[in-house]
Amino acid sequence: MSSERPSQLFRNKSAKIAAIPMIVTALFVFVGGTAWTIVYSFTKSGLLPRLRWVGLDQYERLWSTNRWLVSIENLIIYGLCMLVLVFVIGFILAALIDQKIRFENTIRTVILYPYALSFVVTGLVWQWILNPEFGIESIIQAWGWDSFAFDPLYNADIAIFGVLIAGLWQGSGLVMVLMLAGLRGIDQEVWKAARVDGIPAWKTYIFIVIPMMRPVFITTLVLVVTGIVKIYDLIVAQTGGGPGISTEVPAKYVYDMMFQANNLGQGFAASTMMLLTVALVVIPWAILEFGGSKNRG
Amino acid sequence: MVDVTPDALAGPQGPKPRKTFSRRNIFLYGTLIMVALYYALPLYVMIITSMKGMPEIRLGNVFSPPVEITFAPWVKAWSEACTGLTCEGLSTGFWNSVRITIPSVIASIAIASVNGYALANWKFKGADAFFTILIFGAFIPYQVMLYPIVIMLREMGLYGSLSGLVIVHTIFGMPILTLLFRNYFTSLPEELFKAARVDGAGFWGIYFRIMLPMSVPIFTVAVILQVTGIWNDFLFGVVYTRPESYPMTVALNNIVNSTQGVKEYNVNMAATIITGLVPLTIYFVSGKLFVRGIAAGAVKG
Repeated sequence: MSSERPSQLFRNKSAKIAAIPMIVTALFVFVGGTAWTIVYSFTKSGLLPRLRWVGLDQYERLWSTNRWLVSIENLIIYGLCMLVLVFVIGFILAALIDQKIRFENTIRTVILYPYALSFVVTGLVWQWILNPEFGIESIIQAWGWDSFAFDPLYNADIAIFGVLIAGLWQGSGLVMVLMLAGLRGIDQEVWKAARVDGIPAWKTYIFIVIPMMRPVFITTLVLVVTGIVKIYDLIVAQTGGGPGISTEVPAKYVYDMMFQANNLGQGFAASTMMLLTVALVVIPWAILEFGGSKNRG
Repeated sequence: MVDVTPDALAGPQGPKPRKTFSRRNIFLYGTLIMVALYYALPLYVMIITSMKGMPEIRLGNVFSPPVEITFAPWVKAWSEACTGLTCEGLSTGFWNSVRITIPSVIASIAIASVNGYALANWKFKGADAFFTILIFGAFIPYQVMLYPIVIMLREMGLYGSLSGLVIVHTIFGMPILTLLFRNYFTSLPEELFKAARVDGAGFWGIYFRIMLPMSVPIFTVAVILQVTGIWNDFLFGVVYTRPESYPMTVALNNIVNSTQGVKEYNVNMAATIITGLVPLTIYFVSGKLFVRGIAAGAVKG
């Protein structure tokens, strides 16, 4: 921009000094830390990190560990269900709230408040509500349906769905808010035109409004997916990974390996796999979003 | 502007008399009320369970309202509930969380706002590259950086201390906060900045005398975002502090999921609601600003 620059390094000195924390964080923690973890995932680190190369051993061991495979399976089940349901619920709620209703603020406030709570609180409340002795199961049985069984916290086959219920309760408000913002950004003329043409409302939503909301959907998708991959506290609080290992997730595997099993190498390899998963979503998104146009500042 | 309601179910036959109890309204409000009840239910369950005595809990179910209201579980949860190791309740965790949250919020916002200001008004060569790295860093799973940070803190002699945890919160709050402040400062009229420059104000002069006073709303949003985020943190608390300085979320988890003794559900729920009280209060009081804070993460820079 400027045509003359006296001394490169000392121009704009205060700004550079002020940006030091950002530069240090970006380079040393984010880039450096990530690279460090990836490098050490190829070593035989146990209690302490050591540079004894073992190639892909850690990864081979990881993918032959039953607990890791269960973790991945859980993440896929939880992730897919969460992704589909959180979008469906979030969008439908946003569409309902967008009907110029009364008490909009009250309803929005009620739907979003779980998002203000921590995953630990969320997990513990649902642990209590899903308690088979006093919770939903016992209530429905008391209504006369004796054979009703829904005890996701004790039944390993459906345990992950108990976590899913809690996750949906906590996270769907966020999606609703983002979708609502997207809906409000649609020009009212679109609706008028669709009505003039006699297109039913549901068709207008699916074929006109949703395609127009693409950017909102994509950013929400990125937020939701990164949130799913990180899931940790909810599991620790609600099930502790149990019963057995039926609700283990990758993030918990990483923590347990690093800080309890003194098996750093496994932790590094597992966290690198988590990074890879996120990268598979974020990099295409970044290319799509920022790759084409160079006009971003 | 003609005000046209995008009725979901009404046909396209022009204005019609509005009935309060049209089928559309019954369906719409019926659904929304059911949904709202579903979302409110866990809060209700938490509160009523925390006010029942144990005998009453054993007789009833999670939804039955208390017959005899008691606050004993709250007292016990606060001051004498056991974690398996100690029996000092949540109070220690609460004060730890306060001592973690306040400096973390101040440090992260101070640093990120100056960063955002430098990026918006004093762009230097390479600034955008660092900013891009920072934003991508927000997507890296924390687990990847957990151990390198352990080493860094250990080298600095801060591993296990509260200051170490404050640094960690400052680091991980930086991407979103910097984005928030950068976007806000960019949206301020540039003439203001130029006028101050002409008058001879420097980097810090403009920041403190012009930018800060004009940015109260965005600082409020940032405070809300950080207080709830840091208060609710569990992972960093468990990794970077020692048991005696565990934050409240960790203490809560240890109390409720401790395997020793008889499960006291009323004390557990009292502890749970006490832990949720700080973010809940902020949420209900701040309203729209909270929504602005979370939307800031989604609105692309």
